[in-house]
Amino acid sequence: MADKYLELVNSGMTKKLAKLLGLPRPPRLRRFGVDTPLLPGPVLVLGTSARAQELSDTMVSWGLDVRRHDAGESKLGGLVLLLDELSHPEQLSALMLATGAALRKLVPGARVVSVSKPALANDEPALAAVRQGIDGAMRSLGREMRGGATANGIVLAGDTSIVSPSALGALRFFFSGRSAYVDGQFLTVRTEAGELPEDFRKPLAGKVAVVTGAARGIGAEIARTLARDGAKVVLVDMPQAGDALAKVANQVGGTTLQLDVTAKDAGQRIMDHALTRHGSLDLVVHNAGITRDKLLANMDAARWDSVIAVNIASQLRMNEVFLAAKLPGLRVVSLASTSGIAGNRGQTNYAASKGGVIGMVRASAALFAENGGSITAVAPGFIETEMTAKIPLGTRTVARLVLPSLMQGGLPVDVAEAIGFLGSGAAAGLNGQTLRVCGQSLVGA
Amino acid sequence: MADQPVRHAVIIGGNRIPFARSNTAYVNVSNQDMFTAALEGLVARFGLQGQHIGAVSGGAVLKHSKDFNLMRECVLGSSLDAATPAYDVQMACATGMEAIGSLANKIKLGQLDSAIGGGVDTTSDAPIVVSESLRAILLELSRARSTKAKLSALAKIRPAHLAPSAPGTGEPRTGMSMGEHQAITTHAWGITREAQDELALASHKNLAAAYDRGFFDDLITAFNGLAKDNNLRADSSMDKLAKLKPAFGKSLGEQATMTAANSTPLTDGASAVLLGSEDYAQENDLPMLANFVDFEAAAVDFVHGSEGLLMAPAYATARLLKRNNLSFEDFDFFEIHEAFAGTVLATLKAWESEEFCREKLGLDGPLGTVDRAKLNVNGSSLAAGHPFAATGGRLIASTAKMLHEKGSGRALISVCAAGGQGVVAILEARK
Repeated sequence: MADKYLELVNSGMTKKLAKLLGLPRPPRLRRFGVDTPLLPGPVLVLGTSARAQELSDTMVSWGLDVRRHDAGESKLGGLVLLLDELSHPEQLSALMLATGAALRKLVPGARVVSVSKPALANDEPALAAVRQGIDGAMRSLGREMRGGATANGIVLAGDTSIVSPSALGALRFFFSGRSAYVDGQFLTVRTEAGELPEDFRKPLAGKVAVVTGAARGIGAEIARTLARDGAKVVLVDMPQAGDALAKVANQVGGTTLQLDVTAKDAGQRIMDHALTRHGSLDLVVHNAGITRDKLLANMDAARWDSVIAVNIASQLRMNEVFLAAKLPGLRVVSLASTSGIAGNRGQTNYAASKGGVIGMVRASAALFAENGGSITAVAPGFIETEMTAKIPLGTRTVARLVLPSLMQGGLPVDVAEAIGFLGSGAAAGLNGQTLRVCGQSLVGA
Repeated sequence: MADQPVRHAVIIGGNRIPFARSNTAYVNVSNQDMFTAALEGLVARFGLQGQHIGAVSGGAVLKHSKDFNLMRECVLGSSLDAATPAYDVQMACATGMEAIGSLANKIKLGQLDSAIGGGVDTTSDAPIVVSESLRAILLELSRARSTKAKLSALAKIRPAHLAPSAPGTGEPRTGMSMGEHQAITTHAWGITREAQDELALASHKNLAAAYDRGFFDDLITAFNGLAKDNNLRADSSMDKLAKLKPAFGKSLGEQATMTAANSTPLTDGASAVLLGSEDYAQENDLPMLANFVDFEAAAVDFVHGSEGLLMAPAYATARLLKRNNLSFEDFDFFEIHEAFAGTVLATLKAWESEEFCREKLGLDGPLGTVDRAKLNVNGSSLAAGHPFAATGGRLIASTAKMLHEKGSGRALISVCAAGGQGVVAILEARK
């Protein structure tokens, strides 16, 4: 499962050899640890914004070394580009060139985060042009980043400000190792809703989370990550996976609930278990999913229908139960896939289900917001799991190395971190969105 | 403490691993592996990680001498607090019943707030002992001080001594297997082949239906690649069963009726049941499925032929009902362990017999007829298999869930055991 190539080009003799031969060298990514710093160095804030001072003060309160002007020769751990007041593409020049000058000071694992506004159909043409232009510039910058550094953006919709809970939550997420495999992506802050955790070390403290498909792979890692973040976790999987499920549950101090998510009463049983055994239901992660790949010409009803039943129909049915129960502040995070965005050969059924998740999430946002909740999705790209380990070595290496800006596959924990963030109170203003965790893969770009 | 009223002992839930026919799915696993797995599944289901449980009690019928502290070793290998005490119990096939019943009593008395009882058995990883004569020589060797004495002890070993003796299910005092004993009883009570096959078929059908409706979703945790009892034959039929040749009752010739299908196979498996006081369950937000009301053991003299080997539960039931002032009409479920179909049917017939109930049980008349619609409604040992010490835990957890689903009523559980023993128990539903 491990990416041996990444190990080889990053250690000892083989590292020197790889350098000499000019082989592509995928970087080691900076991942999250409870006691690791938020950024690997000072953060430079470029540009102006209405509440830039409040933003700087907040970042200082997070323990960051915040610079408002060019930091001279000192190394930088992060760059924040305030671009939300620009009104014409000609104004981009100064900030982008200053950014370019600062890039060489970035340490490995650094973060660049832009702050902008959405380009809308009824905007002045020049305003829409600069705003859409920022999208293109940042995605290109993502491809130019080195040493595991990433570039992502926060888009402030409507009257939302950079110091709203979800904007600050997104900024922290992009800064931290939690977003190690998120690159070239934008999160749009749509409302001022949400709250930041009292303790950033335990953002899910006191919350009860349900994870379906939790026995192995990404699901097991989600359960571990949510438990690390303070949640009490209910682990759901098929009875056939019960022993693996129990092992994970006993590692994370959770409880098991064996059921088939396609069962009519699955939503009710999940809710009953969470409420009677743990007193509340605060987060549901719809992770259970299957693949039954086949070219459409060779597809049969069993393959098509089972993928739709497990990957999307079950989620729709369970969500109806949760909505009807009016659970206060319930957060739902679903697993989509870059296949559902870009398509993938042999996966018409899977992509239909995963594209379906993206549509469901967008269309359910208002319904969940009625009770103070939210629904979002994470679309993983190439993730190193038991499932992807079965892909032939050549294809796998291409998928890891050539396609994503970060030149490697992601780890299950990268998906889990994004879910932990979207499942927290800080994500309320991001309702309805799908976040890609793909290392900025070309697929679905 | 002496004047305090006893409190309820509540069955919170259970967990078992799927039962596997001997030498199939669990060939390479030990009793310790299996019971630890059952325990870990229980811990996971009820979130008991790191908890200090009052006591864990259970055992195995076929047990290696190295497993003298089997339950304690399993606790140490589990996610429970290592400060959880554990002890082994052994009462042949009634091991689980005795372990759980005694734990319930301790909860009732206030000596324990929480407890886990159960059992485990394997005939795939059974202990094999050396012959008695070799054992005597080896002991002599270990006592020998001088080299000469050691050599002289060693010189006594002959090739024939090396033949191991595997354990059997034979009764030490009669040399007869359990099946041969039951064959006598089955014949004596005039139980037909057809009646036995019908009971076996019902067991398979009922167990299959229970799986289909998800009844075992919170009673079983998959283990070693197995997710369902592999003795289960959902597609069994009377025609298929009728084709089998008798396996027991060779001395009965044409009148032998007991086959491999209406007798339980040798089986590997483990089960565990979580019990507690009402306070314990409430404080930990745990379900309360049923009260463990009472239990009773009995034994019969099968050696001198005055009673059948597996008839003790008939006696225990009479005493238990009398003590609790109950009759068969007061019960909604009867869970009678299917060691053999003949055992269940002979027991039912005995309870209907005025003569037996007057003369053997000392009653005024028959104990009564068990409504077959209430008997083993989710299948029993003929379909699930019977890993000796694990059967009690299987029965108690499943029965408690059945009562909880119904929301009212009582259940009688009966388990026969080697040595002419048996244990029966009463559970009472909690809403």
